[in-house]
Amino acid sequence: MQFMLLFSRQGKLRLQKWYVPLSDKEKKKITRELVQTVLARKPKMCSFLEWRDLKIVYKRYASLYFCCAIEDQDNELITLEIIHRYVELLDKYFGSVCELDIIFNFEKAYFILDEFLLGGEAQETSKKNVLKAIEQADLLQENFSSQSPHNCLSTP
Amino acid sequence: MPAPIRLRELIRTIRTARTQAEEREMIQKECAAIRSSFREEDNTYRCRNVAKLLYMHMLGYPAHFGQLECLKLIASQKFTDKRIGYLGAMLLLDERQDVHLLMTNCIKNDLNHSTQYVQGLALCTLGCMGSSEMCRDLAGEVEKLLKTSNSYLRKKAALCAVHVIRKVPELMEMFLPATKNLLSEKNHGVLHTSVVLLTEMCERSPDMLSHFRKLVPQLVRILKNLIMSGYSPEHDVSGISDPFLQVRILRLLRILGKGDDDSSEAMNDILAQVATNTETSKNVGNAILYETVLTIMDIKSESGLRVLAINILGRFLLNNDKNIRYVALTSLLKTVQTDHNAVQRHRSTIVDCLKDLDVSIKRRAMELSFALVNGNNIRGMMKELLYFLDSCDPDFKADCASGIFLAAEKYAPSKRWHIDTIMRVLTTAGSYVRDDSVPNLIQLITNSVEMHAYTVQRLYKALLDDISQQPLVQVASWCIGEYGDLLVSGQCEEEEPIQVSEDEVLDVLEGLLVSNLSTPVTRGYSLTAIMKLSTRFSSLNRIKKVVSIYGSSIDVELQQRAVEYNALFKKYDHMRPALLERMPIMEKTATNGPSETVQTNGETDSTILDTKHLPSISQPASQVGFLKHGFSIQTCAHFRSNPNPNIAVITIHATNSTEADMTEFVFQAAVPKTFQLQLLSPSSNVVPAFNQGSVTQVIRVLNPQKQQLRMRIKLTYTHKGSPVQDLAEVNNFPPQSWQ
Repeated sequence: MQFMLLFSRQGKLRLQKWYVPLSDKEKKKITRELVQTVLARKPKMCSFLEWRDLKIVYKRYASLYFCCAIEDQDNELITLEIIHRYVELLDKYFGSVCELDIIFNFEKAYFILDEFLLGGEAQETSKKNVLKAIEQADLLQENFSSQSPHNCLSTP
Repeated sequence: MPAPIRLRELIRTIRTARTQAEEREMIQKECAAIRSSFREEDNTYRCRNVAKLLYMHMLGYPAHFGQLECLKLIASQKFTDKRIGYLGAMLLLDERQDVHLLMTNCIKNDLNHSTQYVQGLALCTLGCMGSSEMCRDLAGEVEKLLKTSNSYLRKKAALCAVHVIRKVPELMEMFLPATKNLLSEKNHGVLHTSVVLLTEMCERSPDMLSHFRKLVPQLVRILKNLIMSGYSPEHDVSGISDPFLQVRILRLLRILGKGDDDSSEAMNDILAQVATNTETSKNVGNAILYETVLTIMDIKSESGLRVLAINILGRFLLNNDKNIRYVALTSLLKTVQTDHNAVQRHRSTIVDCLKDLDVSIKRRAMELSFALVNGNNIRGMMKELLYFLDSCDPDFKADCASGIFLAAEKYAPSKRWHIDTIMRVLTTAGSYVRDDSVPNLIQLITNSVEMHAYTVQRLYKALLDDISQQPLVQVASWCIGEYGDLLVSGQCEEEEPIQVSEDEVLDVLEGLLVSNLSTPVTRGYSLTAIMKLSTRFSSLNRIKKVVSIYGSSIDVELQQRAVEYNALFKKYDHMRPALLERMPIMEKTATNGPSETVQTNGETDSTILDTKHLPSISQPASQVGFLKHGFSIQTCAHFRSNPNPNIAVITIHATNSTEADMTEFVFQAAVPKTFQLQLLSPSSNVVPAFNQGSVTQVIRVLNPQKQQLRMRIKLTYTHKGSPVQDLAEVNNFPPQSWQ
């Protein structure tokens, strides 16, 4: 996988994970153009499209589009499963996840993604193990921050 | 100094902004506060501030002043700090800026941290955005972690190693020892990432590939266990056990089995098993089947397995899920050359996909349809393709029209059918056909001598209906100019001849000259057509008048033509009949303009049109390139082909005098380094028995250094049920073909 983008129906970016080195300017351009292209797709169209020299796999969950750019040799159908797995992880973590959860807890969304994928590939295929790791890491966070009187992030 | 506001507070505040300007103001204010907080080196709130900065960065605002702060967070002892610091590094730091190298030492320390979650952060960051310098410095640490017994770290180290290898391929060797027992792991995470690592290594190095071939039995075993084992809640997805791992294993098997008989044989059974037993009701099962099909087609599988694979694709085409139909069409497009007959069986389903609502599916169905057109199905296929041309999006029309012209040229069952087909394309998609199709069509019409009257009549009738489609109008004007005499004399045999007078014809042509719809090029065509009619019609005065009017046209091209034609009337009238007489049959020259492409399997059919009728200045000599008990390949080199004298065009004819057909015939060629080779699509891949037919294929060889043409050829085919492979060198090309 080269990158994954999450954006709303209005085209607002909610998460961007890049696995290839690109300048900020290039990332912005790609994001803008791709978001436009995907949002222009009609509901009856398939989840795959060719864009520049990449294969794009996207799926809409409620008000959020999950969009991945994969390489030529990658399997589009299994990428749909990867997207679905990520959504399931978010759902389990936040308890019936919605877009607001991801907006207000974007850093957690990243942490979960980074426990599921590394360098663009799945590092763990067991849902349980990913969630366990996040849980443990969160506890570490609580431990450290409970030592200081100013809670940085754990309490909203 | 009050404590900086919390992250979620900031998010809430920013979201209340009603305009872009209001938002920008809030952001600027907060950024100023954060900047002064950074300047004061505030350790307590650095984490909170960087997190806020990351949020604002996601909204599109600049955040580069936070880069160094991320590094400070990474160096902190607090886990929360590290978590945000590494996240910030991955979002804000760029390997192009030297500042990222400051991370290296921190990462090195964290890779050896006592807490595995800190080690995990470091591995993740390195594996996501590590630059080549960082990878070089830290590869040793990664290699160490690849050998740990901690599966949480081992799986991350494997993917980190993949990234290192991608950035610094020379380091691949150092990871080899650690791969020794990666596949004996029970942990699925480690297994999955190990397979990814092995795949990366095999793809990059043929030596690694040969080295890892011995893992095939082990991989087959793991895959078998996944399929046969009972329900495992931890890895289950809709009744399938760890589909992610299954797909990755299948992909690695593909790479290991490609070109290798033994490995392909070893995986034959498991592939058949997966192909037949995988549940197809959900996407996840189909994902595995898709990968299986790709593997079967790429390795040296036996024909039964290949047919099974194509049939799976055929079933995919009937699936309600459009995603499945899409991947089926993509895969069939890849295999249509090598397994042509098998794909032909699914032709009607493919043609149905032309009516799909999805643009990508339609495009693939169109390409595949063109690849499947042959002499037997041309009439039926053309009906469908013409219907498609009528109703498809404008983006498709040009490609579709070109494809139809090519197919019609190749397989037209009769001249009348050919002309009718061209007419249909011109009238329905006339404005979308490529510019170079006009001369091609004119040449075609000229050479269909017995159809002249019919053609000009049909074109004339089309003009009466619609003069907006320029290519149609141009071809029609040319034909009327050429065959107008046949038109007025009512000589048509193919259909009821129409009654039309000379004046009516001239009315139409003059109408084109004055119409706003006509382009300058079209006007040129019609003026010339009018002129030509001066030797075919008797209304000389009228024609003279038109020509003299345009002698003062603003359009320079028209003016020049008119003046010259005028001169023809005045001073050279005795030459006029000879100059304007009927065009002779034209030899086809290679088209110079943008080539028409119908992509099939990466090869372009574009030059079939022009290479078929190359002017041979001397007779093409055919030599026997290859001869083997009953099977012969003759090569015919056309030399000095226009316009590029450096290109030799060779046509091979394969014939078979044995008593059994040669099926799945694939001809491949290789040339020495200074040459370039282009293989066009073969006429078919069955060489019929008893010399009942032949397979022809055109090869174009670019020979800029004018060296002696030599070629190594490889033939693969199935004869009497067994696959055969022949290799040979062909050196007997005549000197004229390359000098």
